Amino acid sequence: MQFDSLSAFLEMGGYGFFVWLAFGVTLGAMILLVVQSSLDTKHLEKEIKDTHARKARMRAAAKEGL
Amino acid sequence: MSSSFSIINGVMRRDLILAFRQKAELAQPLMFVLMVVTLFPLGVGPSPELLQRIGPGIIWIAAILSGLMGMERMFRDDYHDGSTEQMLVSGMPMVLVSAAKIFCHWLVSFVPLIILTPLLAVFLNLTWDMTVALMITLLIGTPVLSMLGAIGVALTVGLRKGGLILSLLLIPVFIPLLIFATSAIESASMRLPYLPQLAIMGAILLLTAALAPVAVSYALKVSQH
Amino acid sequence: MWKWFSQYAKPEKAYQLCGTLFRWFWLPSLLLILVGTVWGLVFAPQDYQQGDSFRIIYIHVPSALLSMSAYVAMAVAALVGLVWQWRTAYMAMIAIAPVGAVMTFIALFTGAAWGKPMWGTWWIWDARLTSQLILLFLYLGVIALYSAFDDKQQGGKAAGIMALVGVVNIPIIHYSVEWWNTLHQGATITKFDKPSIAPEMLWPLLINLLGFALFVAAVSIKRMRNEIVRREIHRPWIKSLFLENEK
Repeated sequence: MQFDSLSAFLEMGGYGFFVWLAFGVTLGAMILLVVQSSLDTKHLEKEIKDTHARKARMRAAAKEGL
Repeated sequence: MSSSFSIINGVMRRDLILAFRQKAELAQPLMFVLMVVTLFPLGVGPSPELLQRIGPGIIWIAAILSGLMGMERMFRDDYHDGSTEQMLVSGMPMVLVSAAKIFCHWLVSFVPLIILTPLLAVFLNLTWDMTVALMITLLIGTPVLSMLGAIGVALTVGLRKGGLILSLLLIPVFIPLLIFATSAIESASMRLPYLPQLAIMGAILLLTAALAPVAVSYALKVSQH
Repeated sequence: MWKWFSQYAKPEKAYQLCGTLFRWFWLPSLLLILVGTVWGLVFAPQDYQQGDSFRIIYIHVPSALLSMSAYVAMAVAALVGLVWQWRTAYMAMIAIAPVGAVMTFIALFTGAAWGKPMWGTWWIWDARLTSQLILLFLYLGVIALYSAFDDKQQGGKAAGIMALVGVVNIPIIHYSVEWWNTLHQGATITKFDKPSIAPEMLWPLLINLLGFALFVAAVSIKRMRNEIVRREIHRPWIKSLFLENEK
């Protein structure tokens, strides 16, 4: 453990702003990338299911129509 | 052998005739360079020393930008009126056709610029040594601009929104040329030898000349779908 | 070997492989990054010259390295696509591109945040910074070209050519920029003299390096699965896959 207290850890020997800025932006960018990728997956899944459901409805409607 | 010569000859003759029929389009890039070069002294101040220092860079950047503007012309019209498709279908070696078209584009858009360079050099207060070096670097460098540009144009020719993407694609790959050219001119301004820079530019020219026509012909096939 | 390799030209096979690999890469990558970062931030000793600001190295170096490896990986995928006409190779290529671009951005940003306290400025036209910036442009060019095409197969081919043009250019750009830099700037900024790095500083760096590598691989794989699904969306195997999951 290199730091005596939490505040010393946050201060990073006077470089706190830069260190936390760098780590924060990195974390943010990585999270954004992951979130965007998983949202994309969800979106695609939804699209497949919606298409399937719509086709099922269309088939049902066609049957009733007959 | 004679047939490949006749292909090159035919393509070049056709392209040159087409280019000279649209004189306005021919003159626009030149006017553009002239305008850009005029803007700089107004923007940064007319001090002769400053202009002399940044002049070569300005002319090179103006050449790159004007090249980008006229680049699309290389394949756009042929693509839209179906000539490219006909050439592909006819079984002509597209590598030769591309090489001829690139050379033609260079003749039409960059050679006038090189001829105009002494005038621009006077505007920007370049010394005689610098002007000579500038002209040599343009002579070696602008064919590379044409060839790399041809790859970019061939890739984007089928796109409706190709124009802006073209600059995004091409400017990064133009950077080495700009660096070596301006550094050669800087050496010339100090009366130092600048053969090493020219040699590297020549190497880039040869490498590009070997690869670009192949890449262009493949890209044209891809775009044609 | 070849037969084993070439079966992944089929999207269905590639999708399955991606699923397996993602499970192997994802959690280890998070774990490694967590361990490496905490170790680097809390336990690694201070640098005697740079104090605590050097801790940025634990994300800066991995991201910079990965930004270049990802470009090479992308170009290899493009080459496979162009030579053997694999559709999955283009999907891999376009899945890697945004991940590599994010890595390049992280490398640039952390470099700037490190440079400000050390060099006194956020940005200098240093050779490495400049080539990294150009690398970012190359990534953006590939992504923009791909997304400009409506026909994604065609877009994949076009972006593949561009990725290969870029990879031929990277060494040229790198050396030209380095040369330009020494010519124009003189020796204003010498890389801080690096004493051979102490092992207790090195370990967290290596762990984070591996963690970032797995992270890049995992996210690229995830994106590649998306890409496969997007392109094959009307195929029966996709339909049965997703609708069976529902039951």
